[in-house]
Amino acid sequence: MLLIPCPWCGRREETEFANGGEAHIARPADPAALSQEEWAAYVFLRDNPKGWMRERWFHAHGCRRWFNLVRHTVTHEIAAAYPPGAPPPPLPGEAA
Amino acid sequence: MTGYRLPAGGAVDRTRPLGFTFDGRDRSGFAGDTLASALIAAGVRVVGRSFKYHRPRGIYSAGPEEPSALVQLGRGPWSEPNVRATQVDLYAGLEASPVNVWPSLRFDAGAINQFLSPLLVAGFYYKTFLGPRGWWRRVYEPAIRRMAGMGKAPDEPDPDLYDHAHVHADLLVVGAGPAGLAAARAAAAAGIRVVLADDGAQAGGDLLTSSATIEGRPGAAWAAETAAALGAMSDVTVLSRTTVLGLYDHGYAVAVERRTDHRPPGACPGHARQRVWHVRAARTIVAAGSHERPLLFAGNDRPGVMLSGAVRTYARRFGVACGRSPVFVTNNDSAYVAAIALADAGVPPVALVDLRPVPPPAASKALADRGVEILAGRVPVAVHGRAGVRGIDVRALDGDRTTGSLRRLECDLVAVSGGWNPAVHLLGQLRAGLTWDEAHATFRPETLPAGLAVAGAAGGTFSLAGCIAAGHAAGEDASAAARGRGGRRPVPATAPEEEAETPLLPFWGLSQGSRGKAFVDLQNDVTAADIALAAREGFHSVEHVKRYTTSGMGTDQGKLGNVTTVALLSRALARPMGETGTTTYRAPYVPVAYGALAGRHVGALFDPERITPIHARHVAAHAVFENVGQWKRPHYFPRNAEDMARAVERECRAVRGAVGMMDASTLGKIEVRGPDAARFLDRFYVNPIASLVVGACRYGVMCREDGMVFDDGVVMRLAPDRFFVTTTTGGAARVLDWFEEWHQTEWPELKVFSTSVTEQWATVAVAGPRSRDVLARLMPEADLSAAAFAFMTFRDVTVAGMPARLARVSFSGELAFEISVEGTLGEAMWDAVAEAGAPFGITPYGTEAMHVLRAEKGFFMVGHETDGTVTPIDLGLERMVAKRKDFLGKRSLSRDDTARSDRKQLVALLPDDPGTLLDEGAQLVDEAVLRTPMPMVGHVTSSYRSAALGRTFALALIRNGRARIGERVYAPLVRPAAGEMMVSAVIAEPVLYDPSGARRDG
Ligand SMILES: [Zn+2]
Repeated sequence: MLLIPCPWCGRREETEFANGGEAHIARPADPAALSQEEWAAYVFLRDNPKGWMRERWFHAHGCRRWFNLVRHTVTHEIAAAYPPGAPPPPLPGEAA
Repeated sequence: MTGYRLPAGGAVDRTRPLGFTFDGRDRSGFAGDTLASALIAAGVRVVGRSFKYHRPRGIYSAGPEEPSALVQLGRGPWSEPNVRATQVDLYAGLEASPVNVWPSLRFDAGAINQFLSPLLVAGFYYKTFLGPRGWWRRVYEPAIRRMAGMGKAPDEPDPDLYDHAHVHADLLVVGAGPAGLAAARAAAAAGIRVVLADDGAQAGGDLLTSSATIEGRPGAAWAAETAAALGAMSDVTVLSRTTVLGLYDHGYAVAVERRTDHRPPGACPGHARQRVWHVRAARTIVAAGSHERPLLFAGNDRPGVMLSGAVRTYARRFGVACGRSPVFVTNNDSAYVAAIALADAGVPPVALVDLRPVPPPAASKALADRGVEILAGRVPVAVHGRAGVRGIDVRALDGDRTTGSLRRLECDLVAVSGGWNPAVHLLGQLRAGLTWDEAHATFRPETLPAGLAVAGAAGGTFSLAGCIAAGHAAGEDASAAARGRGGRRPVPATAPEEEAETPLLPFWGLSQGSRGKAFVDLQNDVTAADIALAAREGFHSVEHVKRYTTSGMGTDQGKLGNVTTVALLSRALARPMGETGTTTYRAPYVPVAYGALAGRHVGALFDPERITPIHARHVAAHAVFENVGQWKRPHYFPRNAEDMARAVERECRAVRGAVGMMDASTLGKIEVRGPDAARFLDRFYVNPIASLVVGACRYGVMCREDGMVFDDGVVMRLAPDRFFVTTTTGGAARVLDWFEEWHQTEWPELKVFSTSVTEQWATVAVAGPRSRDVLARLMPEADLSAAAFAFMTFRDVTVAGMPARLARVSFSGELAFEISVEGTLGEAMWDAVAEAGAPFGITPYGTEAMHVLRAEKGFFMVGHETDGTVTPIDLGLERMVAKRKDFLGKRSLSRDDTARSDRKQLVALLPDDPGTLLDEGAQLVDEAVLRTPMPMVGHVTSSYRSAALGRTFALALIRNGRARIGERVYAPLVRPAAGEMMVSAVIAEPVLYDPSGARRDG
């Protein structure tokens, strides 16, 4: 069970959180202008990397704030936690 | 009767005899015994029958890896199946019986399975029981279940208490053997917070059995003193009888502490029987020791064949001889230590058979000095005796074949050692990398994730001095890391140097030269031949072989047989062990009671129960409750001896004919406030919200981005910047989360906030043609006419002297009002409405009547008519869907798939027989004659008897249903009396009652 560093509360048990899937999927400004494929990609398609990933978490049983984590999906190492809207940090091993 | 109590020795208290029963017979042991040691001392040999072949089996080990001595412990509510006798501390009055002995321990018909054994090879359950049709359920499965035994679950509630504790530490040490104690001592000396968990009643591990000295003290005394000193430190928690079940990420560990299991059932009232520890440690040192490996030869499962280390443990720790004339068989040095211990305890071994051509010089001299013959370069080829060993045959070993003449050794105990497997299970759970250790012919940990360390035998270090040094170093590293300093202090503990090991001879059974079964997994009756067969049949992955043969799938989870399985598979496929690898290690390390995992979360504390402010009134009215999410809602209010159908019919008639009242307090309620509130809500609902005027309400539906209906409810505009949103009873939290998610992550620029107010309000719904008359008595000065108080409006008023929000909304199609008051006034308002309505026969109604009434009007229910695959269009709401604004999910409604005209659409169904009730969930087909397979065109979502319609009806989702009004579909149903039948029904418009809506204004 993970120990998740909420940017507002500090490290808390995973059971207090809900995972919100891949981060930085912006809702299209004008959905009606999108092709079927573009809309389907936005609604349904997500990366599922074996390795580092930026993902959304919700501190549901804590401060009730959303934030983003950089987590390794195999080792569960957590490299960064940052609020929504903050620029995504580089993944470990990636050039900044 | 071959095992017996030695005249002296062991850590048992011979002044405290304890009576117990096994298999209905009175027995006696001593305080300090385990059930297993007491049974051996009592001369009990056969403790169970094997799973498949029903071969007699005896106690095989002295630890958690025990495959054979599974017992049913205790009686009545305390009865517990499949407990390993090696793990049970003896107490006075203990009752145990073997679990797998159908029909009895001494005579079992299952033994004929030995002659059926050609049918019971690897994967037999995939091969043997294929036909005739229907035989599996009627014949094979009941017979297999009866013969397989495996204990009985108690059929009464568990009377014991269990609890959970949470602890944070700098270091968790798993195991209090020499390595674990050295690690904990080094770390604790530096002042960091340490948790030391050990599964034994006393610390020491192997020291409890060994004759070694540490720092000039006997090992067991050193262990006891070290553990006591640690326990006295304020920052150290020493947990005995505590098994770590699993290691998880970020230093999380789960352990179970057995607090009262060594006392008679019920002897410790008010004390938790077991406690689950949740440890969060910055670092973890695994010093879990090792498990001895059996040797593979024909008859290696006979009662009297045991692990050599276990034989030594029983002699030294419990003062019990497992036999009178032991033969030791080994491929490594450790059996010499055991043989010497037995000889010194007064049980001189007949011989020690060493598979290696050259035995270890010093150890063999020590044994020879005690008059024990050493037969080097030999291997057992047969075991004599069925229910107990009478002798073994040995021959010279040449590779994996035998040569030379047979020699018979008369003996009643065969103590075997095939080497030692580091207990890497916990490390494996955390994805530690394992490597094949050629010298010890086993897997040992090589790469460890951050924060995890291993010490002692679990890491492949087997000498005592090595274990202490490794433990000390690991403890020093952990404390240095915790304090942010480097450097190790030297090891203070010293143990005498031991003779250098003579290399082990890896041995995985003979390829020829012996007959009979050689068992890899004693519990699941998996033989060496089964593994070879699986390999021949094309199973090359060790994970597949495990599942196909069931090797390692018993309660011991392969602690004894897994490495042997890997070796046999590797040999069959001629590939290196490391390439075959191990199966995946998963928690729990040992079986754990559900009661312990549940802890205090049982009974009323299983899940929070939510009740409305009016709940006591419903209890007083003898309501039957149903669970809606966590809420208790009145399902119906039976009068006299009414059954549900009659009560619901009466309640429905009251609403349609006069007036009814319902507690609607459970509906989710959210206040959305801020200058951007209207803009915010407009993005969620499929229909326009921003255009709502203050004082008006509007029914709204929300979708997810995939266009599927997510929740619905009524939105009221309290002020230009303030909305009151209701949700479904079960959807309140989901909707609030949904608002928060979009606001925080996508639209943070909107000035708005959302607050749950579900519990702040109590709501009484008053529905029916006389509802206006009831309200008029409660607020005589108000004009409640349809003209003055229009449908879908609300106002803040005073009702029966209480401040209230009164809304004209209806979920039944009748004239209806909802009165909402502050929660604390809920009961008073309920009483006032009941009193005011008495002259009109006002009738409380429950959720079932509410469902019937709404379904008669074709109103869908989220969760009944929707299941996450239904769009607003499918529900017939296309006129509600806003054209000019965007909302969540809108673009999805024009995807090819969602825009199809032949999607399942909401319609009503009228069974041709007006008395037949369709089953909710029933599939619908187009043909009257049942055949399989046949295309399914839809399904029933709600089905009721309607008093107003005078017949049964249903709502259904049917492919292209709206274009099929008047057509007939069929529901294949099964009825207890009639068996399989086809019920025909006609598709109808969904609004069956008052389609013009005339009743809405009264
Ligand atoms: Zn937080």
